[in-house]
Amino acid sequence: MRFESPQTTKDAVALLAGAKGKGRVLAGGTDLLVQMKSGMAAPDVIVDIKRIPAMKSIKAEKDGMRVGAAVASAEMAEHAALAKGWPGVVEAADLIGSTQIQGRATLAGNLCNGSPAADSVPAMAAIGAKARVVGPKKRRDVLVEKIVTGPGKISLAKDELIESILLPKRPPRSGDAYLRFIPRTEMDIAVAGAAVSLTLDTKGVCTDARVIIGAVGPRIIDVKDGAKALIGTKVDKAALKAMEAACSAAATPIDDKRGTKEFRKHVVGVLARRAGQIALKRAKGSK
Amino acid sequence: MSLQTETETKRSFNQIGTRPVRPDGIDKVTGRARFGADMEMPGMLHGLVLRSPHPHAKVKSIDISRAAKLAGVKAIVTRDDFKMPKDKDLVDICANIMARDKVLYDGHAVAAVAATTKAIAREALKRIKVEYEILPHVTDVDEAMKPGAPILHKGMRTGGMDTKPRKDSNVVKRYKFGHGDVEKGFKQADIVIERSFKTAATHQGYIEPHACLASIGPDGQGDLWVCTQGHYMVRNVCAGLLGLDVSQLRVTASEIGGGFGGKTTVFIEPLALALSRKANRPVKMVMSRDEVFRATGPTSSTSMDVKIGATKDGRITAAHAELRFQGGAFAGSPVSMGAMTAFACYDLKNVQSIGYDVVTNRPKQAAYRAPGAPMAAFAVESVIDELASKLGMDGLEFRILNAAGEGTKSSYGPTFGPIGLKTTLEKAKSHAHNKAKLGKNQGRGIACGFWFNFAGNTCVSLNLQLDGTIALSVGTPDIGGSRASMSLMAAEELGVPYDKVRTIVADTASLGYNDVTDGSRTTFAAGLATIEAARDAIGKMCGRAAKVWGIPADAVKWENGYAKPAGPNAGAFKPMSMAEIAAIAHKTGGPIAGHYEINADGAGVSFATHIVDSEVDPETGRVTILRYTVLQDAGKAIHPDYVEGQYQGGAVQGIGWAINEEYIYGEDGRLQNAGFLDYRIPVASDLPMIDTVILEIPNPGHPYGVRGVGETSIVPPLAAIANSVSNAAGVRLTELPMSPPKVLKAIGEHNRA
Ligand SMILES: Cc1cc2nc3c(=O)[nH]c(=O)nc-3n(C[C@H](O)[C@H](O)[C@H](O)COP(=O)(O)OP(=O)(O)OC[C@H]3O[C@@H](n4cnc5c(N)ncnc54)[C@H](O)[C@@H]3O)c2cc1C
Repeated sequence: MRFESPQTTKDAVALLAGAKGKGRVLAGGTDLLVQMKSGMAAPDVIVDIKRIPAMKSIKAEKDGMRVGAAVASAEMAEHAALAKGWPGVVEAADLIGSTQIQGRATLAGNLCNGSPAADSVPAMAAIGAKARVVGPKKRRDVLVEKIVTGPGKISLAKDELIESILLPKRPPRSGDAYLRFIPRTEMDIAVAGAAVSLTLDTKGVCTDARVIIGAVGPRIIDVKDGAKALIGTKVDKAALKAMEAACSAAATPIDDKRGTKEFRKHVVGVLARRAGQIALKRAKGSK
Repeated sequence: MSLQTETETKRSFNQIGTRPVRPDGIDKVTGRARFGADMEMPGMLHGLVLRSPHPHAKVKSIDISRAAKLAGVKAIVTRDDFKMPKDKDLVDICANIMARDKVLYDGHAVAAVAATTKAIAREALKRIKVEYEILPHVTDVDEAMKPGAPILHKGMRTGGMDTKPRKDSNVVKRYKFGHGDVEKGFKQADIVIERSFKTAATHQGYIEPHACLASIGPDGQGDLWVCTQGHYMVRNVCAGLLGLDVSQLRVTASEIGGGFGGKTTVFIEPLALALSRKANRPVKMVMSRDEVFRATGPTSSTSMDVKIGATKDGRITAAHAELRFQGGAFAGSPVSMGAMTAFACYDLKNVQSIGYDVVTNRPKQAAYRAPGAPMAAFAVESVIDELASKLGMDGLEFRILNAAGEGTKSSYGPTFGPIGLKTTLEKAKSHAHNKAKLGKNQGRGIACGFWFNFAGNTCVSLNLQLDGTIALSVGTPDIGGSRASMSLMAAEELGVPYDKVRTIVADTASLGYNDVTDGSRTTFAAGLATIEAARDAIGKMCGRAAKVWGIPADAVKWENGYAKPAGPNAGAFKPMSMAEIAAIAHKTGGPIAGHYEINADGAGVSFATHIVDSEVDPETGRVTILRYTVLQDAGKAIHPDYVEGQYQGGAVQGIGWAINEEYIYGEDGRLQNAGFLDYRIPVASDLPMIDTVILEIPNPGHPYGVRGVGETSIVPPLAAIANSVSNAAGVRLTELPMSPPKVLKAIGEHNRA
């Protein structure tokens, strides 16, 4: 096994492209190291991206905020502008693991691990986040929901990696929120999760909404009927109830040790409604 | 010197009851403490175990040839390396540490390998070919009792039945306790409540996985470094399994990262010794967490029926319980203790409890803090709660009215001496917690609990050092702060400061046999022996002073760390300190040491009452514990910090057990959650501060009045939390864990009804 810490994205990509056998990117390592320890993963080359300056920064751009692929969730929580502009994404990243895990865990790692229960992914998808994917020849900006194709499966080529994630600028009167259900208070995996993003007009009528649910299917589910239930309303009780029902209907969970089908379908609706209420409050609070 | 009783328990203490710094504190917070896995030896090999993926199968053949050929593999052991011992007590242990003709649970060991590196050992495991013939399995206790269930052990016939059974069964034995006429009692009742309950198997969840380092030479002399609650037990069992003379095997107990009963037996230790003997090299073995869950001893899962009747004015007329506990693949679930403790809190004329010990295709259970009692208390205290509320009585009042007291003939036989149950109930009644207001979706629960406590074989040695300080050797591993308590008791008795005594846990060659640290026995029994060893040393020191002064030994008394003339007639001599006596010991007869050996008796029973508030989210079934108060009789709290720690720890483990922890088996009989991610013990942020109230009703069996405190604290929580959650949810919950899906379902069914 070879361990490399390149200084540039270009070198990192070259290492992946030139790897004999399996190459793996190491960001925080909170998934990868666990998998290696348990024998689930045995990469031949490990490419640590934490020494690459472009991947360690949070930068404001014209179109939004760009979060480097090696930025830990704790750094995000401490970034005032990020926490203010995308509270749903930041609170989702802030739910990952515990204080110790948050000192390492990244958005890109959470995404590329491909878990259906990844907490930050519904939140990122709800606000239309885009991953910047870099390969040896080209780079492309891809919507986050296009990255994961199934449990543990992603659409990146063997020689591609994510360099950063763009959180697009929010329209005025927008709010987002993410809630998950776990039996404990931390150190657990979502039994169900729901992210809601919405935008209001000056009269308080919802003009745009996204409702994304997680951990209730092989990948995140974009609940279009949930969004429809909100758009054109003042996000009142009835609209939220309709959105809740749409989420429960859209969920396709399995029965497993973490929860029954019936339970997950019910709870994901409850979470979506509650997240909707929080997003609404945030939309009203923001200018 | 005889043990002094009653009068002495009223004595005032100088150091007992204070809270000095723990002696293992700095080592533990700096990482210097050496646990099971922290020991290394030159030439050491790494041992790993191959485990069955099947819950029940015949092991037709084991082919180790490809593994043995791998470079770096130094030894492989299988069932062929262990002869079935003649000692009956070792037979099941032998079949548990290494499967024989059948594997009986997912995780059952079938082979072990020692190699120069872990990676080679891992590769070797992959090369061992085991041919299984898969058999039907059963993991549920009620299913295992049904006629037609897959039988684990050919020839097993249920013991304790009225007529001799003619067929093989998974029911090992029936137990029966009680007195009076239960039928008659129920006829006298105005109200009778009967309910069925289930609890899932839970694991002790100690933070340190089992680990050991074994080294045994061709001369048959062996050393074992091991994380255990009882190194003498490990020595005896391993010597028996390996055919060694007991004295040839020296076992040293490492620091221990929790045990809670789970480290009172052996798993990898005999394998490490057998591998070491075969390879003629030291062998280290460390279990992974997955192995700890699959192959050590969780507690029983249970199924129980409880029926209690009472008159309108709140007197219990009869109580009956039938308990069914599966204890894994071998006999010995703690159902007998469940049946004995079930009604121990009550003064009953008519009571009967029946217990069935059942085997299933799960790992053999091991002790878990007050084995059997928490589950029985869950069932009984739930019915008590319901009875009280149906009668329109306050739960505490109802319990006080029926509580056992001094002179009560207990449901399991003996008559109680002075006990503290009513005191805990009265104090609970007047506690601020009991009067605090509850909000929406919140509920309060109360329950009491009982545990016997144990005493047992104990041997300690107390050595006076050259400078007058004390080295105290005990043979009971310190899992709950016993070194601090021993030092305190020795210091109190000798009249020297706490930090002049250093207590260590000595190896098995240094002291006579000591029972395991279990049964909440150590502060009681090793403490008693420490006090007596100190008194023995005091007698000797007085004798030396007498020699120096030229007066009879009985003319010298001991006071505050000094030998003094007993009175004016003895003569006028300057008192001699321990340091002075020690400095000239070589001139007065040689080294000075105090000893004491005993198979102790008189461990006082103990009781507790718990109050807990919880909140239920009616939309998700999620339970939050809001407030928790433990009131328990300690007899005498030697080091109150540790006593509080035991109270809090019991409550916390109870919270996990009640709300989220469970062994989940799939249809395939495999454990699905062998890790802390999906086996959910509470994390710190799940818990409120656990408030404690230490009550001291002295135990006449101990010189200072000590009762064991380590186990009673886990008896009431399951029931107290179930009562609290049931009140908060508005529906009675009868199955543990009360995980969110279960609570939500119960609320839903209740609302629809
Ligand atoms: C105790 C514990 C608790 C946890 N709790 C949670 C939780 O509550 N919620 C949750 O969602 N997750 C949780 N996780 C999982 C994990 O922490 C998160 O998924 C985390 O976000 C992963 O980020 P990382 O930087 O550590 O990823 P890594 O482990 O470094 O990488 C994860 C995967 O993504 C790949 N990868 C990483 N970065 C890139 C990149 N830039 N380009 C391409 N591929 C990349 C890696 O090769 C690997 O396959 C927990 C993990 C642990 C150990």
